[in-house]
Amino acid sequence: MNRSALRAAVPPLVALVVLLTLWEGTVRLLEVPRWLVPPPSAIGAVGAQEASSLVGAAITTGRSALVGFGLSAVLGVLVAVLLASSRMVERALYPYTLFLQTVPIVAIAPLLVLWFGPGPRAVAVSSFIVSLFPVIANTLTGLRSVEPSLRDMFRLYGARRLATLWKLELPAAMPHLFTGLRIASGLAVIGAIVGEFVAGFSEGTAGLGILVLGAYRQLRTDLLFAAVLAASGLGLVLFGVVSLTGARLLRRWHPSAQGT
Amino acid sequence: MAPISGSGGVRVKVEGLRRTFPGNVAVLSGLDLDVAPGSFVALLGPSGCGKSTLLRLVAGLDRAESGHISFTPTLERPQGERAPIAYVFQDAHLLPWRSVLDNAALPLELTGVSKPERQAAARAVLDQVGLGDATDRFPAELSGGMRMRVSLARALVTHPRLLLLDEPFAALDELTRGRLDDQLRALWRKLGMTVLFVTHSISEAAYLAERAVVLSRRPARVVLDRTLELPVERSASLRTEASFAREARLLNEALEQGERW
Ligand SMILES: Nc1ncnc2c1ncn2[C@@H]1O[C@H](COP(=O)(O)OP(=O)(O)O)[C@@H](O)[C@H]1O
Ligand SMILES: [Mg+2]
Repeated sequence: MNRSALRAAVPPLVALVVLLTLWEGTVRLLEVPRWLVPPPSAIGAVGAQEASSLVGAAITTGRSALVGFGLSAVLGVLVAVLLASSRMVERALYPYTLFLQTVPIVAIAPLLVLWFGPGPRAVAVSSFIVSLFPVIANTLTGLRSVEPSLRDMFRLYGARRLATLWKLELPAAMPHLFTGLRIASGLAVIGAIVGEFVAGFSEGTAGLGILVLGAYRQLRTDLLFAAVLAASGLGLVLFGVVSLTGARLLRRWHPSAQGT
Repeated sequence: MAPISGSGGVRVKVEGLRRTFPGNVAVLSGLDLDVAPGSFVALLGPSGCGKSTLLRLVAGLDRAESGHISFTPTLERPQGERAPIAYVFQDAHLLPWRSVLDNAALPLELTGVSKPERQAAARAVLDQVGLGDATDRFPAELSGGMRMRVSLARALVTHPRLLLLDEPFAALDELTRGRLDDQLRALWRKLGMTVLFVTHSISEAAYLAERAVVLSRRPARVVLDRTLELPVERSASLRTEASFAREARLLNEALEQGERW
């Protein structure tokens, strides 16, 4: 298993090294100005030099993203259960949940500042809005995926609505639910950073969004790149934790969770 | 370990049952059937003739437009008593997130039986179907035959007085199917519940049942209703005997006749 993990890791690593070398070489050869495209070596250097502020910023953003993601997970599942409770409710409300997917978060972020004040609260709400829809949509698909025969069996034994939800529908929806959570984890970080662009000015350590804005204003493009990398790193960590949790929970029963 | 004992069978009386699906698909138009308590009846018929529909109606999972289904003694069960009807589907339909034990205990869990009691009951039935040492495994780790046996155990855990099986072993290989047939018949003889067994296999019907009812194509009508002239003790050797061949031929003729109706 370790061997195959190694085998899987080698090609992308080789590609990375080739890409970085090409990048470094091209930028030096063509003497591209640093503020336009910095070479990887400069990004690495600034990353090491500013490590503590980058990590601090990632923690600040990560906190807001976690709150947004947590809200999405809890409320997303609740909304999905509500929508699944009757066709009528679903027909009446589902179109409006689509609104969540199309809402331009940058445009409503100022509204969030008005409502929640500048700072982590508005940022977390921005993260929540952006990451909510995939949780609702996937959980709903999962709740609807229950085998009709299993529903019949629960009916045959006179199972109550709540028991059917708890012992049949929710467990059956778990694989789909985790698909939704994985998508939401990446979106939560994006939503937090966008939120910070608009609402992130306040006391305490600045988040990655603020760091990006500051680096941009000072034309410190190498720092900007480093902050972007830190942001993707943050998204990957959240994504990884959610994926692993899902794989552990579903290990013993779902074929799709077994292969990997 | 609590021994399982039968609670006896019920008589099932179906009168003038009518069921039409949207699009005017008349599946049952006035079906009559009287099943004696504790008997083992095989239901045969061309696919799509309404066998599953009939079973679902008997189980109370679907409603007929008209007609009547009655049980004697009546199956009205007092609050908290075990479910008197069990249903086995073509696929095992286990809950993949539950262990074998918890799958078999599910019906009791849903009817509110305490944990120690339902687990003891589940262990007892799992023993009966030969899965006593697989209680902690998960469905994904079992063979098709084992999954079907868990499904059978789950059906029996409530000590049903009526057991409905809808082509339960159809997806299994011949050998596994033969073993499960033997097991089912042994359990029936021991527990004495009424069994309605839908199958499209003539030899399975003849091997298992005391009485075979052959239905015509849709809307289902009874083409043949026959008490099989076969011994009570049945084993693999029966399949090669003349009496068995004769019953199988009769069933086959009735099926072909039913196709043409
Ligand atoms: N819920 C339903 N809605 C519409 N048609 C149905 C439904 N259930 C069954 N049918 C139709 O009724 C007929 C009998 O079905 P079924 O009882 O499943 O047949 P069998 O079990 O004998 O193969 C089939 O033609 C099927 O298409
Ligand atoms: Mg059928």
